[in-house]
Amino acid sequence: MADLMPSGKVTAKIFPHPLNAWYAVAWDHEVTGKALMSRTVAGRPMALYRTRDGRPVALADACWHRLAPLSMGKLVGDDEVQCPYHGLRYNSAGRCTAMPAQETVNPSAMVPSYPTVERYRYVWVWPGDSTLADPDLIPDMHQMDHPEWAGDGLTIHAPCNYQLILDNLMDLTHEEFVHGSSIGQEELSESEFRTRLESDGSVTVERWMLDVEPPPFWRKNIRDRFPDFEGRVDRWQIIHYYAPSTICIDVGVAPAGTGAPEGDRSHGVNGYVMNTITPETDRTSHYFWAFMRNYRLDSQLITTQLRESVRNVFAEDEAMLAAQQAAIDANPDHEFYSLNIDAGGMWVRRILDRMLEAEDRAPVRSAAGSAVGSAP
Amino acid sequence: MTTSAQPDWSTGRVLATAPVAADVQRITIQRPARGRAAPGSHLDVRVPVGDTTDVRSYSIVESDDDGSQLTISVLRVPQSRGGSAFMHTLVPGDELPVTQPLQNFPLSVAAARHVLLAGGIGITAVAAMAQALRRAGDDYTLVYAGRSRERMAYLDELAGLHGDRLVVHIDAEQTPLDVAELVGSIGRHPRSGATELYMCGPIRLMDAVRRAWESAALPLVNLRYETFGSSGWFQPEEFVVTIPERAVEATVRSDETILGALTRAGIDLMYDCRKGECGLCLLDVEAVDGALDHRDVFLSTTQKADGRTISTCVSRVVAREGSPNGPRVSLTLP
Ligand code: FES
Ligand SMILES: [Fe+2]
Repeated sequence: MADLMPSGKVTAKIFPHPLNAWYAVAWDHEVTGKALMSRTVAGRPMALYRTRDGRPVALADACWHRLAPLSMGKLVGDDEVQCPYHGLRYNSAGRCTAMPAQETVNPSAMVPSYPTVERYRYVWVWPGDSTLADPDLIPDMHQMDHPEWAGDGLTIHAPCNYQLILDNLMDLTHEEFVHGSSIGQEELSESEFRTRLESDGSVTVERWMLDVEPPPFWRKNIRDRFPDFEGRVDRWQIIHYYAPSTICIDVGVAPAGTGAPEGDRSHGVNGYVMNTITPETDRTSHYFWAFMRNYRLDSQLITTQLRESVRNVFAEDEAMLAAQQAAIDANPDHEFYSLNIDAGGMWVRRILDRMLEAEDRAPVRSAAGSAVGSAP
Repeated sequence: MTTSAQPDWSTGRVLATAPVAADVQRITIQRPARGRAAPGSHLDVRVPVGDTTDVRSYSIVESDDDGSQLTISVLRVPQSRGGSAFMHTLVPGDELPVTQPLQNFPLSVAAARHVLLAGGIGITAVAAMAQALRRAGDDYTLVYAGRSRERMAYLDELAGLHGDRLVVHIDAEQTPLDVAELVGSIGRHPRSGATELYMCGPIRLMDAVRRAWESAALPLVNLRYETFGSSGWFQPEEFVVTIPERAVEATVRSDETILGALTRAGIDLMYDCRKGECGLCLLDVEAVDGALDHRDVFLSTTQKADGRTISTCVSRVVAREGSPNGPRVSLTLP
């Protein structure tokens, strides 16, 4: 790595997405053996279903013949889909198995069958070169279905480029300004944070706010576990990024001075904000999130309350992201500039840029000097 | 991806050539980058044949990452009217029209188990598949059959890459391929229903495999082969085609098709794939002097045996032994 890259190389406003990567396409319960559903990942429309033995399948959502959407068709046999238009059938490997009005099947006829894996309550798909799809590359989101954690989440269909959501989650300073009524507090932008690239290729942004007043969301949480709690807290936010687009945030509070920064969190409460962002198009994203906690695991009330409060918090983000994307599109001649708080987001961009280089799809700098996304 | 696109012609430049087996020349061609060529894809090249040109398809044995350098391997066919003989004259620096990688033989890694079968030069179509399956850590076996070691391209290289997963059969060494045994072993495997067999080789070999596959009641869709529509049961011969209702008679040269000859004679016929797949070019056979050489994959075995209809884009007529007249066929328009 002899040469430095030019300034601004990775600040493309519309960031392309790697194709050789696992993306969550749906919650596990959304994909069924009863009906097909359609969802687009990385610009590739997919028809999703389960085989009779329960395996999730993602076929390209366009019949080989005249490209009618297979997701409008029906499930037949053990693992097949029938096109809604002329009745061609495909098995779960994408091979055509029946054609109308002829005794044979054209051996060339097939649709792509994207590799799928079911893990951490999501169905994951690999939209790129299927011979590279290694399930070990799925990011660690074990809190999603681990017996020591409980919680739930939802999906936001976000009207913005996926990278804007990653930027949002990698810098939580914005909580003070966007989420003032729930989780924001002044100390957020005043406290120090450390950003580092880990040896496993993940990125960590760690911030501690010591001896602060708990904001309303955290006062409720700690009282759920310790009903008599009063006073100030030590609050933490430890952001873990896993390429290409998963961010798990270790969050919590403990009574001030009880040893949480040193590792003893037993007097406090701990949550994990699980986020995995799936690019749909250049300007839209499927944002899968959940809030998991490791206390009072059997309380469905707390699960629902937490899901609903986080839903409200994330609605504030969604509004900001939509407005930001609109402003980006309305100001094509304006560039992004970076601040010190962007360190986490800039590591993410650099890692993504390297993945894209490997696929020959990195953003290129135009003659005018602005970074633009390359064609897919 | 996996479906074939329309051919997009550009000028290819020969970068390197080398013999890799008896009568087999390895040729690396540079062309505009289009992304890595997928396993199973081929190049179409335009070659001079007599005083005109024709198109030949060659499987891509190797591709670099951006698909700008593509390697094919060409067997010189003794009776060739110029296609493969021309390819053997190429030297670095020569230019010829080539397409982007075209895909008729896509590999699906979604299958649980893969058997790749190559007969002779057919190794060119499955070599890149074996490489991809090896990289993906999938369950695969590469079966490579040939007449003699000298005629089998890439044998040592493949042995080095695939070790135990390569099974070699050589006629000259008394270890010929036993098709019944190969298909039988697939049928006996616990994952027989999810095993795809990809094959490329002489039509007699592929036909034997197809029959064995059918009698073993394995799912037909799992038997994968490429259909260039270029190989039949018989050597192509010249024959005469007539359309009595139009009083048209045309000669079909050994290097052209019925469809081509009739179009030249002014008859407007419907067709699309020109590979014997879609069935749009079928005409009914009124009478035949000689034997029909069905080369399509559209008609079923029964329909071919009936002989009432023929795929004019690929199928032919050959002389029958002891028949005094040259081969001819008369067809009726739809
Ligand atoms: S044109 Fe398609 S079968 Fe002849
Ligand atoms: Fe936020």
